[in-house]
Amino acid sequence: MALSGMRGLSVFISDIRNCQNKEQERLRVDKELGNIRTRFKNEKGLTPYEKKKYVWKMLYIFMLGYDVDFGHMEAVSLISAPKYPEKQVGYIVTSSLLNENHDFLRLAINTVRNDIIGRNETFQCLALTMVGNIGGREFAESLAPDVQKLLISSSCRPLVRKKAALCLLRLFRKNPDVVNVDGWSDRMAQLLDERDLGVLTSSMSLLVALVSNNHEAYWSCLPKCVKTLERLARNQDIPQEYTYYGIPSPWLQVKTMRALQYFPTVEDPNTRRSLFEVLQRILMGTDVVKNVNKNNASHAVLFEALALVMHLDAENEMMSQCVALLGKFIAVREPNIRYLGLENMTRMLMVTDVHDIIKRHQAQIITSLKDPDISIRRRALDLLYGMCDVSNAKDIVEELLQYLSTADFAMREELSLKAAILAEKFAPDLSWYVDVILQLIDKAGDFVSDDIWFRVVQFVTNNEDLQPYAAAKAREYLDKPAIHETMVKVSAYLLGEYSHLLARRPGCSPKEIFSAIHEKLPTVSTTTIPILLSTYAKILMHTQPPDPELQKHVWAIFSKYESCIDVEIQQRAIEYFALSSKGAALMDILAEMPKFPERQSALIKKAEVAEVDTAEQSAIKLRAQQHMTNALVVTDQHSLNGTPQSVGQLSLVKIPSISGDEHTSADQELSQANGTLATVDPQPPSADLLGDLLGPLAIEGLPGAAVLSEPNAVSGLEGVPIPADDAAAIVPVEKDTNSVQPIGNINERFYALCLKDSGVLYEDPNIQIGIKAEWRAQHGRLVLFLGNKNTFPLLSVQALILPPVHLKIELSLVPETIPPRAQVQCPLEVMNLHPSRDVAVLDFSYKCGTSMANVKLRLPAVLNKFLQPITVSAEEFFPQWRSLSGPPLKLQEVVRGVRPLSLIDMANIFTSFQLTVCQGLDPNPNNLIASTTFYSETIRPMLCLIRIETDPTDRTQLRITVASGDPTLTFELMEFIKEQLVGIPTAPRPPAPPAAPGAQLTNPAAPVAQPANPAALTDPGDLLAGLL
Amino acid sequence: MYLEKVIRELSGVILTRGPKLCNFVEWRGHKVVYKRYASLYFCMGIDQEDNELEVLEIIHHYVEILDRYFGSVSDLRLWFIVCELDLIFNFHKAYYALDELLIAGELQESSKKTVARLIAAQDSLVEAAKEQASSLSNIISQATK
Repeated sequence: MALSGMRGLSVFISDIRNCQNKEQERLRVDKELGNIRTRFKNEKGLTPYEKKKYVWKMLYIFMLGYDVDFGHMEAVSLISAPKYPEKQVGYIVTSSLLNENHDFLRLAINTVRNDIIGRNETFQCLALTMVGNIGGREFAESLAPDVQKLLISSSCRPLVRKKAALCLLRLFRKNPDVVNVDGWSDRMAQLLDERDLGVLTSSMSLLVALVSNNHEAYWSCLPKCVKTLERLARNQDIPQEYTYYGIPSPWLQVKTMRALQYFPTVEDPNTRRSLFEVLQRILMGTDVVKNVNKNNASHAVLFEALALVMHLDAENEMMSQCVALLGKFIAVREPNIRYLGLENMTRMLMVTDVHDIIKRHQAQIITSLKDPDISIRRRALDLLYGMCDVSNAKDIVEELLQYLSTADFAMREELSLKAAILAEKFAPDLSWYVDVILQLIDKAGDFVSDDIWFRVVQFVTNNEDLQPYAAAKAREYLDKPAIHETMVKVSAYLLGEYSHLLARRPGCSPKEIFSAIHEKLPTVSTTTIPILLSTYAKILMHTQPPDPELQKHVWAIFSKYESCIDVEIQQRAIEYFALSSKGAALMDILAEMPKFPERQSALIKKAEVAEVDTAEQSAIKLRAQQHMTNALVVTDQHSLNGTPQSVGQLSLVKIPSISGDEHTSADQELSQANGTLATVDPQPPSADLLGDLLGPLAIEGLPGAAVLSEPNAVSGLEGVPIPADDAAAIVPVEKDTNSVQPIGNINERFYALCLKDSGVLYEDPNIQIGIKAEWRAQHGRLVLFLGNKNTFPLLSVQALILPPVHLKIELSLVPETIPPRAQVQCPLEVMNLHPSRDVAVLDFSYKCGTSMANVKLRLPAVLNKFLQPITVSAEEFFPQWRSLSGPPLKLQEVVRGVRPLSLIDMANIFTSFQLTVCQGLDPNPNNLIASTTFYSETIRPMLCLIRIETDPTDRTQLRITVASGDPTLTFELMEFIKEQLVGIPTAPRPPAPPAAPGAQLTNPAAPVAQPANPAALTDPGDLLAGLL
Repeated sequence: MYLEKVIRELSGVILTRGPKLCNFVEWRGHKVVYKRYASLYFCMGIDQEDNELEVLEIIHHYVEILDRYFGSVSDLRLWFIVCELDLIFNFHKAYYALDELLIAGELQESSKKTVARLIAAQDSLVEAAKEQASSLSNIISQATK
């Protein structure tokens, strides 16, 4: 069986296969790695054959999932071998083991280039394949012209040219500038006349990428695509070997139709007619056949044709044909087709006028919600979510609720979130909304996040008519035997606020309400008890005249908790006790909660971030955005004009998938600061008054216990501190209406990016700015991903860097216009000159409608990015520590007011900032020693040593000692560590004022915008907001 | 390690799926198209907007190419379906074939005949080099005797 032709390799593979368990396998692998390592060390003795054998073994080990962190050089060096067998192995192993960011790859650029421009076509093929698979930016910049030459060369054979086409595609994805549009568009059109179908297939993929970036330049390719498609669809002049199960290359057909989807329209009437004829033929002529592969291939073509028809917004007749087909598909037996039918229906929803036709299939879609395949169930859920509107919300939500009890655990959370959002968006009346949410909590309490119950409370608070109803419902649920803790929370809250409205109903006297709630107290956790205490205080306050017996009972409970170990409970118990003994004064302080300001729904935001894992936005997310302005306005709509708002139309032009996963937003943060984005031109958009008023409408999380530590921010315009977030319960709504609201918290996004290298820096309804960074010693290479979320272009885009003195920053040209739904990448080079904690600011602006939006964003090029962890042994540490004997190289400081942390947590914080925690160096277990290396342009790589001494009896103070060979570095590092230990990374800090970009980090305790500002504390409503 | 984690998690997701389900799974916001051939699973990660069936047939196309290739090399094989052992002991050849089929994640050649011809040409280059080397070493050993 051993065909590999290398005995050693076959023996090794057999050994691995004979291992009884993972542990044995690991041992065998370790042994082999050790062996290879030794062989590589005395390289003289290695024949090319042996070298080949060992790198194959390495690749095999790598494939098994083990880390192979050596021998890369050997693999790369094989590339420059003169003979084909070695070279081939070098190229293949290198492209499997290394990724584009690997240093060794740079070393190979010259060799690779020589192979590409050389005369040996087999070498050309190898080189093009590797560059096409793992080439990065540097390859793009140095090789693109050579690759282009090969692609259009008349003397190259197809086998080279098809590889060149895809290689160029890769390079273009890495850096779109390497393909010069002016010179290239004509060449591209010529390439589409290619006779060889392999070359044509590759060229078509290249064209898809090019037009997705800039269709204007490639108009001349459009008619050629239509011709190609015609030729394939009619099977004219297609060699037998290019048919797949009788279908002329389905892949080329799909690619061609994909390319056509990036052109906004087909203008020329003749071309348009022929295209529609072909599409019609595909739509009508595709039958279900027995052979699986033939079926798949023909349906791949069919689904692409559907997408193209949707995009071209064809005559209604064709569109309804498409819906009819999809309706047929979602009911067939073949699961793949069912899945795709549902998926494409969801996509089709973006073409607004098919809404009603799709609704006819509602029953079938609901059936799919019970499909045995979870992939299909997910699609059905998405589709139901997308097709839901005021007319069918009741049915759909009730189906979802019913399904909830039997749904798999993997889907329950998503399901309950979606049900909650739909109930919120499309509630025909608000009491129904309350019913739905309470049912949701009742059926799937574990999967109902806090935001959901916060939201229902906000609703009830803001709608007086609803309050008695909600209170009565809450009372009903309390009678059920075993209710979920979330139900206890929400009922207790509602009854505390509104139970007095029920006073005359049976079973609703204050005393009865109190005992119904108090019965639950023994079953709840410490996070719920504070809510119950507030409820008791409120019930007491509402009982007029006072009921001495009830009073005595409640007071007894308060005094019981006065010594509770949980600070929150203790504080409330003491305060409520004191307040409630003041008699009449209690009335003011415990008055009903004021209305919440209306903001974007935290739930809807959550739904938006839930699916941003891929470069392209999924249909569901698009739809959530579309509906954002509709959220939560049912009552307003009825009172204003009684008609639901129209839904904006979205075209199906696709975002190019240049970036794989850069869009990832780990920021699931729900709270939102006011941020710094403000429209500079305050002139309100005149046309859409309703939209403008309702735009930012929707509310934030309920004031929670953590309110005092919430982040804060300053409104960019006047710099007036506005209590952000939850604390903003008293801010009038109008303050927000003129600004483009950021999505998510800018501060928290920044702090998150200080710890990781990619993520979202900023997002608002129009644009998303992602960032991806690589740090190497004192150098950083950042890429800003500017993604236009809209279907219209963003104009007058400007990005300026305001660098602090210690950073040298170069931003490449930022295009003035970002096309609709496109993403542009702007590289940014950073060099660290000397140690400093100042921060660079990106001043970003764009034109949105008639006004300019402007935002100032801190860039995460912070001190810790220039640190690299290093482990030091005791022998290295102590002499160094002693030699740095005192100021200014070694500084010591006692710090008080530190947030209490366990040593492990502290170690974790250090590790996250690239400091290595050295175990066992300090004999005292309460101390912690860490080391790191700092890189900058002006001083050599500098070892830094840190010692933290903690006091186990008082965790809020500690002594820090920092030592390094540079006085500024020692000082800056000391301050940096203090900041990390004193303030939580998300602690309140105002964003930088543009004039002094560095100020905000050097002064963490800036007096601006402390959430607990004195004015707010005197307000009774706010005081309670703080307490609850 | 990242690769190991991906393999482990994805195997968990895919291996637990029953036989009559669709060939697509959604995993951590990505889409994975997979197909099972006896004890072998082929998986390909794609973008949300990609055409799933097209990718599914790329997988099958690849399997047919492997089949033709191993079918012609090995005397022991009697019938269709590329078998696990072929792939494990000749994983490097599976790479050669893959490189003739896909670059940058895109299909470069849809003719099985062409792909087979190109792989055969590569094999013969390697063979030629081997013979040359052995005849060379023969000459050397003859000369040094």
